[in-house]
Amino acid sequence: MKVLQHIGIIIFLVGLSTFAALPLLGTFKVDKNIVQEIVSDNSIKSELFIQDLETKIQGKKFNGVQSLSPIIVSALDNANATHRKNKEYKKIIYTKGRDMAGSIAKKSGVGFIAENKGLMWFLTFGLGIIGALLFIVPQVVLLGPKGIKNDGIYHQSSTNRGWIAWLVFIFLVSFYLILYFRPEYATNWTYLVDPISESLSGNLAGHWFVYGFMYCVVMSVMAVRMYIKYRHNIYQVVRTTSVLFFQIVFAFLIPEIMVRLQMPYYDFKNAFPLDYDFFFQWNLKTLLNSGGIGIFILFWGVVLTLVIVPVMVYFFGKRWYCSWVCGCGGLAETLGDPYRQHSDKSLFAWKVERWLIHGVLLFAVLMTGMTLYSFFSETGTVLGIKTQSVQNVYSLAIGSIFAGVIGTGFYPIFGNRVWCRFGCPLAAYLGFVQRFKSRFRITTNGGQCISCGNCSTYCEQGIDVRAYAQKGENIVRSSCVGCGVCSAVCPRGVLKLENGPEEGRINPTEVLLGNDIDLMDLVNKK
Amino acid sequence: MEHIVIIGNGISGVTLARHIRKLSDNKITIISAESDYFFSRTALMYVYMGHMKFEHTQPYENWFWKKNRIDLVNGFVEKVATDSKKLTLKDGSTITYDKLVIATGSKPNKFGWPGQDLKGVQGLYSKQDLELLEKNAPNNEVCNRAVIVGGGLIGIEMAEMLRSRKIPVTFLVREKSFWNGVLPEGESAMINEHILEHHIDLRLDTNLKEILSDETGRARAIVTDKGDTIECNVVGLTAGVTPNIDFLKESGIALGRGVKVNRFLETSAEDVYAIGDCAEQHEGIGSRRPIEAVWYTGRMMGEALAQTLCDNPRKYNPGHWFNSAKFLDIEYQTYGWVFSERSKEDHEYHFHWRHAKEKICITIAYHIDTMKFLGINTFGIRMRHEIFDQWLTANKDIDHVMTYLKDANFDPEFYKLYEAEIVNKYNADFKKNIRLEKKSWKRIFSKA
Repeated sequence: MKVLQHIGIIIFLVGLSTFAALPLLGTFKVDKNIVQEIVSDNSIKSELFIQDLETKIQGKKFNGVQSLSPIIVSALDNANATHRKNKEYKKIIYTKGRDMAGSIAKKSGVGFIAENKGLMWFLTFGLGIIGALLFIVPQVVLLGPKGIKNDGIYHQSSTNRGWIAWLVFIFLVSFYLILYFRPEYATNWTYLVDPISESLSGNLAGHWFVYGFMYCVVMSVMAVRMYIKYRHNIYQVVRTTSVLFFQIVFAFLIPEIMVRLQMPYYDFKNAFPLDYDFFFQWNLKTLLNSGGIGIFILFWGVVLTLVIVPVMVYFFGKRWYCSWVCGCGGLAETLGDPYRQHSDKSLFAWKVERWLIHGVLLFAVLMTGMTLYSFFSETGTVLGIKTQSVQNVYSLAIGSIFAGVIGTGFYPIFGNRVWCRFGCPLAAYLGFVQRFKSRFRITTNGGQCISCGNCSTYCEQGIDVRAYAQKGENIVRSSCVGCGVCSAVCPRGVLKLENGPEEGRINPTEVLLGNDIDLMDLVNKK
Repeated sequence: MEHIVIIGNGISGVTLARHIRKLSDNKITIISAESDYFFSRTALMYVYMGHMKFEHTQPYENWFWKKNRIDLVNGFVEKVATDSKKLTLKDGSTITYDKLVIATGSKPNKFGWPGQDLKGVQGLYSKQDLELLEKNAPNNEVCNRAVIVGGGLIGIEMAEMLRSRKIPVTFLVREKSFWNGVLPEGESAMINEHILEHHIDLRLDTNLKEILSDETGRARAIVTDKGDTIECNVVGLTAGVTPNIDFLKESGIALGRGVKVNRFLETSAEDVYAIGDCAEQHEGIGSRRPIEAVWYTGRMMGEALAQTLCDNPRKYNPGHWFNSAKFLDIEYQTYGWVFSERSKEDHEYHFHWRHAKEKICITIAYHIDTMKFLGINTFGIRMRHEIFDQWLTANKDIDHVMTYLKDANFDPEFYKLYEAEIVNKYNADFKKNIRLEKKSWKRIFSKA
């Protein structure tokens, strides 16, 4: 079994290394027709830029995107600078240089990688999946009898912020930086999944398709790990199945199929304000121009946020979204599970959390207010502030850096719910409902707590669960996503997630159950 | 404002200090030689097993003590002078008190076995014991085999700890079946099976005769009363605990096995109190033992004494007995009294149900004449403390418990429930026709 695991690690690392090397490999040959296509696809009117393309890249071969991309980026920058200087505003190209480089590279890939998509898929994704499963599946035997198996978590480099954790951190952060800020380097990755993308939407894959596909693969493989690790805990098994289902079907398949059916790309479970650009002008225009389905999506998006989300939180707590449906939560609960113990439990971290997450919510709401005002009054500025600039700041700082680079990249260091805990505006909104008007609570079982701290240690949201449990108080916290792991790891059966009557949900106690101090009943009256 | 000095920063002493601070403005000092800050002793095993770091066992952040004006002194009290109300610490410094509370807990039993003080022989109680175990048994190369002597809760925890590092473990248990002085037969038998399932070499009905030394003074093997010699590098002595009160021998405070206290937790000396593991009631309360070395009772004594020390005299008056433990993967909870065959009285009868395949079972004790519900042991099923507390207070009979068993379940959502199976067996055993009622929030939250 151990041997199988070692073979698995080697195979996995081969797949991962191949994947990691791809951005810098490959040959790109820019034919004349590619330049023409690019010019017509983007309706480029800048003869300066076209001339640069023709002289500097047309008919030439490039080894790796790194040799092609800078030429295009600087050509585009130069062209735009000249046009701005000459006030030739119609000739300015609004596509970003790197996106332009990406679309040129995508069309011009030649050689082994671009011509052996299936084989390359196997050498990257295929080996990664096989290797990971070879490592994970033997745990059925190796973990021994079913039960909580957290042995050695704080002895292992990978789960105790050791060098492996830092390598994973570097890998994840680099991956997100490429995805958000150097998309042209993802060109080779897009080739791997072109066949899959074509079979779904009919289009070639872009870098966001790579991300979506990879997201599903990673979640599926790590869900197998969850199933094995928590095989005694049916709540975890059902919950894992649920997040996996919503990711694969709602976030990945349905939007792609909608594109094939000439409908707008839409993830039906992605609720505003997590889906922060739902009310952005371009999205509203797309929806309004998409006929019945567009109007339906608009209606659904509003109802989802204003009615469905709060009503469901009232009955089931915010867990129905955060740890049963949400994609961010889904990744956190699968890929992120080995890192859940790294969330900071200090009072200081809780203070930071409240300022940050509510700050982001406020930011999102104000930005959306500006956006809608601009949309209906058809102005670009509100109180002298450019709506577009605010949107750009949010997209960059919150949408890309906070949610992506920090939210996922920092898993091995700060735990798996950094975004959900400190940043997600939807979580903040759900949190208000959960805290003030909900049937959900984690019930503390009378006086049975022994203050061991397993619950707090493994709370991914950094809630000091023990602080409540050892006082005999139920846990009613806006940040709780109801993952159920505190209840699972409790050695004494003290915690239970449940939805019950609101009365008695919050139950401060002076003296714990089991101690009949005279008259204390009066003090404890709930 | 009085100066209340507490010796010992375990759950009893710290609960007391917290409650005194809630109720008064008294000056509070806690003295401990074990650790600077309060930690949860029950969690030490998880540090060795790598589930947690030591800092995670500390329920309060380090700033908590200063903020709540609880002074912490790291020192070892050597002498208590009750007439001058003065403590002398090992380093020679002295502390005077107005009220003194002894909350020094326990230490592992040693029964005079030959070789019990050799290197590699240790108990598992304190933070220092944990550090020692980390040195004695860091992995299965340094420690090829460990022998654990004493089949109680600490013994099985220690076995689990060592197994988490793949160290072969031999487990010597004096009784004919694991913990059968406390557990009824069926449950004890199930735990025996589970111990073997974890590849622990369980030797029932076996006592330690002596521990053999190598030339360096380290344990190299043990000899059992069956004549077997078992090679090992580590010997865990886990045959129960004794109050940790040696430092009080000269103090004049009345001592038995522990510090003798009355129901107000007062010792024989004026303004001196004792709580937790080290306190010994003159007579056991109800069916309780005079010395209760249990987490929960330590906490309760702390809660009660805080009232007394803040001019609100309260007896230590524990309610219905409850306890919990975990045997490897099996959780155990108990509410009310279920005695083993060895210790139960004639009127106590048991209803026992065990799952056909899984390691899940319950035992319900009842009075044969009145059918009154006396208590329940539950393994692998979580139960609601409040519900059983209500039923015990209301003197419900076993039929009532069976009928409303669903109200008591505390397992996580979606778990397979066994109430129907349990009630079927009950009906078959007792030729009854109990119909299981649906779970009712109303009943769960109504205070009986």
